[in-house]
Amino acid sequence: MWQFFHKLGSPKWFFGIATRFMPWLLAIGIILLLAGLVWGLAFAPKDYLQGNSYRIIFIHVPTAFLAQSIYIMMASAAVVTLVWRMKLADVFVKTVAPVGLVFTFLSLFTGAVWGKPTWGTWWVWDARLTSMLILLFLYGGAIALDRAINDEKSAARAVAVLVLVGVVNIPIIKYSVEWWNTLHQPATFKLTEKPSMPVEMWVPLLLSVLGLYLLFGWLACLRMKTEIVMREQKTRWVRELVMAGRG
Amino acid sequence: MNADRRPALKPVSESVGPIAAMAAVFARDVRVAFRQRQDLLNPLLFFIMVVTLFPLGVSPEVAFLKQSGAGILWVAALLSVLLSLDHLFRHDFDDGTLEQLVLQPQPLFLLVLAKTAAHWVLTGLPLVLLAPVLGVMVHLDGNSIAILCLTLLIGTPVLSMIGAIGAALTLGLRSAGVLLSLLIIPLYIPVLIFGTGTVAAAAEGAPVGGYLALMGAFLVLAVTLSPFASAAALRISLSNS
Repeated sequence: MWQFFHKLGSPKWFFGIATRFMPWLLAIGIILLLAGLVWGLAFAPKDYLQGNSYRIIFIHVPTAFLAQSIYIMMASAAVVTLVWRMKLADVFVKTVAPVGLVFTFLSLFTGAVWGKPTWGTWWVWDARLTSMLILLFLYGGAIALDRAINDEKSAARAVAVLVLVGVVNIPIIKYSVEWWNTLHQPATFKLTEKPSMPVEMWVPLLLSVLGLYLLFGWLACLRMKTEIVMREQKTRWVRELVMAGRG
Repeated sequence: MNADRRPALKPVSESVGPIAAMAAVFARDVRVAFRQRQDLLNPLLFFIMVVTLFPLGVSPEVAFLKQSGAGILWVAALLSVLLSLDHLFRHDFDDGTLEQLVLQPQPLFLLVLAKTAAHWVLTGLPLVLLAPVLGVMVHLDGNSIAILCLTLLIGTPVLSMIGAIGAALTLGLRSAGVLLSLLIIPLYIPVLIFGTGTVAAAAEGAPVGGYLALMGAFLVLAVTLSPFASAAALRISLSNS
């Protein structure tokens, strides 16, 4: 266990393991996402109330899932940065923040597109929507702070503090639809209950959520590898890697 | 800035208890502020001017002002606190006082708490005291003004506490001012929502106890947790320079 933990701190070890896992993440992710999307968009039954417009759920929910999960992952990595000063945690927070920003934007955007036919408006200032907008700002703030500080280590630790402070927003997003009467419908998936939609709807949704998670894993590995190579460019193993790639 | 008019931080030995050290830091910050009175006035003037913009820029009609007056005052107060945050650690950072604070044997988070408390007394409290006058100018009735002042009284310390984290994180950076706003405004939004929500509920005659209790919870949370984050951020910023 501890040996694994120590290995995780080594960028070189991570580089090797990531290279080995990445094709699998990519392949399975694409298959699941495509299966979920094709099934959901083309074959799943129509919603009796919303007709075909509900089908955007197969994109909206996975992106919203990722938007929140990425922040939680960043916060966990931030704890690791502050407590154990692990290099890989710094790299993770830094490289994943823009991805989280994009997913948050996508979920807001698809939500707006979905809101127009069902609620009759692009945007309402409702608790769930507002708290997701705050999440977007938090991602933006973390990225801005990271760019503003030149020293890598200080930047990582400052961003870690900021990310941890912003964690208060996550439960607010999660429970906003239960605490307040909002337009937004309650959570689609819960661990403890059966989904309130028919099997033909939630299975493709689950597939696309899982597929997007795997694709995020692939993208995170790719971005982390790039960042590692840039940071460790003066070390021997990176030079050997680059020379081998050239030859 | 005239450096020799700033009283030096007296060396505090280990025999001084944490409370006494906090009192010393608090007293010093207040004394420094009163030797540069303009810095004290600026956020207040800003507060008044921002509030003035709304009747002139949107509508001077009584109905509009009655409805949105509390929100305008809250936003203006939030912005003036934000504006004043840059001073919270900046001067002490520039002349090295901050490093001495970090080196004190007393826990840093307590000293940061004292500094933030001084910041609130010097900027937040005057805003609360000025709010009734501006409340009358935007045609709020007596009850709404009382509730508004109460929410500002509970809310502005939260603004100072959260703001201290941002001020500590952006210390010594080039574009600190704008960056500070980017980092802090998202965290201010909940306070703003509940602050104006309380006044709106009071205007409709609904009970405000729940809202005030929630704001009180924000305050307790901010006072207990944010000094740790600010202290950690200060150490990071100092190790950076």
